[in-house]
Amino acid sequence: MRFLLQRLGFFLLTLWAAITVNFLIPRLMPGDPAGAMMARFHGRLNPSAVQAMAIAFGVDTHTSLWTQYVEYLHNTVTGNFGTSLTYFPLSVSSQIAQAAPWTLGLIGVVTVLAFVGGTLIGTVSGWRRGGVVDSFLPPVFVVTSALPYFWVGMMLILFFSVWTNGALPNDGAYSLDAVPGLSFPFIADVLQHALLPALTILATSIGAWILTMRNNMVTVLAEDYVRMARAKGLSNRRIMYQYAARNAMLPNLAGFAMSLGFVVAGAILVEYVFNYPGLGYMLLNAVNNLDYPLMQALFLLITVAVLVAVLICDFLTAWLDPRARSAS
Amino acid sequence: MTATVLAGTTGSAEAPRRSPRLGGLLTAISSNRKAMVGAVLLLVFTVLALAPQLFTSYHDPDAHAYDVGLPPSSSHWLGTTAFGQDIYAQLIYGTRQSLVIAVVVGGLATVVSVLIGVSAAYLGGISDHVLSAVTDIFLVVPTFPLIIVIAAYAGKGNLLVMMGVLVLTGWSYGARQLRAQALSLRNRDFLQSARVRGERRSYIIVFEMLPTMSSLILANFLGSALYAVLTAAGLQFIGLGDNSAMSWGTMLHWAQNNGALQTGQPLWVVAPGLCVALLGASFALLNYAFDEISNPALRPVRRTRAQRSAV
Amino acid sequence: MPSVQPSETAPATEPILRVRNLDIDYDTAAGPVRAVESFNLDVGRGEFVGVVGESGCGKSTMLFGIAQLLTPPARISGGTVEFNGADLVTMTQRELSATRWQSLSVVMQSAMNAMNPVKQLAAQYEDVMRAHGERSAKVIRDRSVEVLRLVGIDKEHLASYPHQLSGGMRQRAMIAMALLFTPDLVIMDEPTSALDVVAQRSLMIQIKELQQRLGFAVIFVTHDMSLVSHFSDRLVVMYAAKAVEIGPTRDVFADPGHPYTRGLLDAFPSIKGPRVPLTGIPGSPPNLLHPPTGCRFAPRCPHRFEACDTPPPLFDTGSTLAACHLHEPARVEVLR
Repeated sequence: MRFLLQRLGFFLLTLWAAITVNFLIPRLMPGDPAGAMMARFHGRLNPSAVQAMAIAFGVDTHTSLWTQYVEYLHNTVTGNFGTSLTYFPLSVSSQIAQAAPWTLGLIGVVTVLAFVGGTLIGTVSGWRRGGVVDSFLPPVFVVTSALPYFWVGMMLILFFSVWTNGALPNDGAYSLDAVPGLSFPFIADVLQHALLPALTILATSIGAWILTMRNNMVTVLAEDYVRMARAKGLSNRRIMYQYAARNAMLPNLAGFAMSLGFVVAGAILVEYVFNYPGLGYMLLNAVNNLDYPLMQALFLLITVAVLVAVLICDFLTAWLDPRARSAS
Repeated sequence: MTATVLAGTTGSAEAPRRSPRLGGLLTAISSNRKAMVGAVLLLVFTVLALAPQLFTSYHDPDAHAYDVGLPPSSSHWLGTTAFGQDIYAQLIYGTRQSLVIAVVVGGLATVVSVLIGVSAAYLGGISDHVLSAVTDIFLVVPTFPLIIVIAAYAGKGNLLVMMGVLVLTGWSYGARQLRAQALSLRNRDFLQSARVRGERRSYIIVFEMLPTMSSLILANFLGSALYAVLTAAGLQFIGLGDNSAMSWGTMLHWAQNNGALQTGQPLWVVAPGLCVALLGASFALLNYAFDEISNPALRPVRRTRAQRSAV
Repeated sequence: MPSVQPSETAPATEPILRVRNLDIDYDTAAGPVRAVESFNLDVGRGEFVGVVGESGCGKSTMLFGIAQLLTPPARISGGTVEFNGADLVTMTQRELSATRWQSLSVVMQSAMNAMNPVKQLAAQYEDVMRAHGERSAKVIRDRSVEVLRLVGIDKEHLASYPHQLSGGMRQRAMIAMALLFTPDLVIMDEPTSALDVVAQRSLMIQIKELQQRLGFAVIFVTHDMSLVSHFSDRLVVMYAAKAVEIGPTRDVFADPGHPYTRGLLDAFPSIKGPRVPLTGIPGSPPNLLHPPTGCRFAPRCPHRFEACDTPPPLFDTGSTLAACHLHEPARVEVLR
């Protein structure tokens, strides 16, 4: 219980830190980017929206920094991120709501799949020392896990899209002439478009999970309790899963939480390469257009998503490891 | 990415890592195939970075001097870009920036992580709590979007800003590992005896603790260098690097902008990406090999048929 | 000179375990290292055999070799282990699993390391019972409660995780687990080493009581000779991968045949006797990668002579068996 409260506290602390950083960045940057942006809004927004923007970006120096901060916190918590420049006059929140499902659907699902799949393969690989998987593949995976995500994406485009004369699509989440809706053709189209991006993420990230799980299994298999399990005459399968894997995966789970930053980086680049309309793609477009409200909101949202994922990992760890529950 | 390899491994910080002396280091490298491959790759890239003019006759890769979009030929080994630049020459001259980023950012990030990680462990108490909280915050917050936002505000194209941000976002993982190891060393006998001898705290840290931690520090350097290479390439690819400078990431940026894949100029994409991958792989291989060297249980096992049927 | 086979002097009861010429090698980068050489041992029904020796002498390796629990790079390279009539070395894993735990169980040095940290005690007792065919949850629970009672642990601890118990309790819980099927033989690898002196003694007493009550045999490996000597029927002394002395405990203590055993005993001061100078054994054990060609203790032995250049077999000294040329029947001098 104490463990969970601690993790929750950390979640809130980090969230606050991220929000504050978001608040401070426009105020610390050289030049006056916010002022320049305000000029672009000039005459296009109603006064209250202008006021909100001024507060969010500190252009209005008539109120104190502290007042601005409180106002900004309030706006953030209520989901009021202002108006987007790129998609003017639509609000930032509405745009984010459109892009989020694509990212969660593609990146979220594939990342979890890669982790689970990699852990399973790593379990078997670590168990069967000296087998084909164990002696031949680790160096391969070391290399694949060091490959740049975006380049792998581009290679896949080259092999499976360009050289096959468009057998697999490489652009967007669905075809230009497809009709959005819950119809079978549309879903099939979406899946087809998701195939290469998903494969890119899977190929680059699974290697790391396989390797860490394998290493953990090797360390755990040398432990006395595994020898004891063999002495008890338990079946190999039982030993592999209940004794070895159950213990070996605990540091893997912690590692997953720590690696989410990289997952996000990879996701952004993959969306860029495939023009996939998720949050990462939107972020890069916002950067190109200097759409600060959208940029900052996206950064915050991505951070929240990662923090929630880390919290979930913490809960899972507490559930799986009785020692964590009793730890002070 | 290999930082994730380090993240989930049990015993990376807990298993006692033997500090390699230089002679022992060389023997260790030459006996491990992965380390050899990694070291050779690194050596090749270093040579290319130091003396690019030796490997190509085209000394001004930036100039739009040739016909556009040429396929590979004897005068242009990898063909030319959409702007008429020799791809191979660009590749050679681009090595320098990528390697410099890797080494400088890797080194600085390692220095910061040593400072913060070891101080947190040694000082203990409130200072430790504060430093650890700061480390964890930097660790968890997704830094790539943050870098993008800062780069957008600070003006694109500034190499120093990019390197600074990379250091700022890359030190936290190492600090955590080093703190864990420093904590486990803190009460070891050889440090107690140094304290009893009356040595100053700074002496103890620099001359007694750090040498014992040298293999972990080396591993951190390799990991940070890998992080720097990949992240810098990613940033340059999306156009946040210095677009007029010579580097692999920028090559990829221009290639993507000009639709190189779709217009039948795949080498413009394949070549620089492959170089990034190879440089990253060299750091990753060296790192993984050092893991194996210091923990023999991880080495590949050649099983006899009898043993295979026994399990 | 024909050497005497251990079976001729050994157990008072019919042997359930017969180890013959057991060789165990470790495969290292520099070649195989023989960690156990030509080991012979008979263990009788209900007998308590202690195996003592310093670190690295091969005693734990021998123990795990007997139980077929070696892991690469260690492997059995020769010899037989006949348990209840069948040779364990040549059995497949499937055949072995019937014997495991039901007839032969194991107690390890540290219960903290030997028990699965993420499972409750009840689950760890249950899985071995289910693995051997027990289906009824009630029977499983009743038996678990009963073995815990045998070692004096309250049944509420069935719901505990290993890290929630104290060190002594953990060891007892591990011993209780070893007795689930009332096996014929329980092998113990330094089960008291992780405890403090008081807990050690009370655990030993408990083990001895259980042994006498339930009638199982014990092979007890330890480096602490004085501890095991109060409880063992026979004692085996190992040095540099070989057994150098075997005999009834009392005789080994009263009249040790091997200079190494004598050296070990001389290193323990007696609390009650007259003050005598403490003598250690100078030197250190040989490197097993390149062991000496003759008697392995010769480099450190105060009584070495020419015959020691050939490895000695076990000779009968009248009270024990000792691998020392001083006891060759042809010699006149007697080791005093």
